[in-house]
Amino acid sequence: MEKKLSLPLTKEDALDLRIGDYCFLTGEMYVARDAAHKRLFELIEKGEALPIEIEGETVYYMGPSPAREGRPIGSAGPTTAGRMDKYTPTLLDMGLRAMIGKGKRTPEVYEAMKKNGAVYFAAIGGAGALLSKCIKRSDIVCYEDLGAEAIRRLYVEDFPVIVVADSQGGVLYKDIE
Amino acid sequence: MREIDVSVVTEAISEMCISVNHELSEDMRGALTRAKEMETSQTGRQVLDQLNENLKIAGEEMIPICQDTGMAVVFLEVGQEVHFTGGYIEDAVNEGVRKGYTEGYLRKSVVSDPIERKNTGDNTPAVIHYNIVSGDEVRITLAPKGFGSENMSRVFMLKPAQGIEGVKDAILTAVKDAGPNACPPMVVGVGVGGTFEKAAVLAKQALAEPVGSSTDKPQWAADLEKEMLDKVNGLGIGPAGLGGSVTAISVNVKSYATHIAGLPVAVNICCHVNRHITKII
Repeated sequence: MEKKLSLPLTKEDALDLRIGDYCFLTGEMYVARDAAHKRLFELIEKGEALPIEIEGETVYYMGPSPAREGRPIGSAGPTTAGRMDKYTPTLLDMGLRAMIGKGKRTPEVYEAMKKNGAVYFAAIGGAGALLSKCIKRSDIVCYEDLGAEAIRRLYVEDFPVIVVADSQGGVLYKDIE
Repeated sequence: MREIDVSVVTEAISEMCISVNHELSEDMRGALTRAKEMETSQTGRQVLDQLNENLKIAGEEMIPICQDTGMAVVFLEVGQEVHFTGGYIEDAVNEGVRKGYTEGYLRKSVVSDPIERKNTGDNTPAVIHYNIVSGDEVRITLAPKGFGSENMSRVFMLKPAQGIEGVKDAILTAVKDAGPNACPPMVVGVGVGGTFEKAAVLAKQALAEPVGSSTDKPQWAADLEKEMLDKVNGLGIGPAGLGGSVTAISVNVKSYATHIAGLPVAVNICCHVNRHITKII
């Protein structure tokens, strides 16, 4: 089923989505990948405040190529989500509602998604030029020293994704024997 | 003796870095177009349409095909009659990578130390494989490697008794484990024989072979390429791992002599953005 959705995603939207739903997202989302997750997690472990809001938010696992003059961003496709799995259940317990990436997650992540009513979307890996056209604004929020791994805030329009894991425990990727 | 100023190498590598990240080779583009015709799943065909559209946008608007513009892998085949002048060749190669990745708006994805992980800011150093060959030419192959697929690559040290069936199992194991993570449809580079590291280098070199080319290899290797492409596509992983009949575009096998006690097999997986370019100086 095709759906147009606004970000931030409502709790109801997240609960209604099912694997295979093809969605077009419009609104704001955070961008964070390996090094940013590590820093956020270190703050959480120390009990310190985070530089970004997690509750109700969407995070896109991505590290863009540099923007040419006059463009908001360079190539901007998803990275492999599984590398963030060590940190993800904690973020889901803090209210993270949606993730965008590619590839399989651990059972712990799927469990935490069920518990917290979250959704995991895949964007098409390796389609970074195409996806960049849906990104209308990109601002660095923090960790600029990490270069491509800085935390960003994006504004996207009709950003194409597919639900690959839903809040009911459904997973679209098949296990291959 | 032919003298070549290393600045020529720097310029060549800089230009190659930029072009290879915006335009795939003709054989890869053709294979992705044909993949659309071969794909049976509707979702798979949609994904392949997006990938072909992505290639078009990348070339026309100079946006890298993929944001992971890779770690630069350079194969330098240097004729033994060549004398490099004007500096150290390794510095010249890295200068070319630095220039290309900076001027070409390519992502800097290299950290100086695998544990401390500080980004070097210019995508250097490259991984450079030198070979001394006959003649007075320098053949440069640049193959930037993204790590979504690199992370899913494997080396298997098989026993000789496992033979060709063991090689087939190794390939299928690596592809199954890679699944959606490696951004299928993938290209599977296979190195058989040599030693632990030789097999891995062969697998990397196999990725730079033209799609569907089976020349200059033993009959078993050519047969293996065809059989494994069918078997891999039979797994049903499909484009983007969302199910379908096109999981791989090509399986490329390279082999080398090995030890009486061993059968090394390396499987280097590459996503559909299989970038490689060669220039002869």
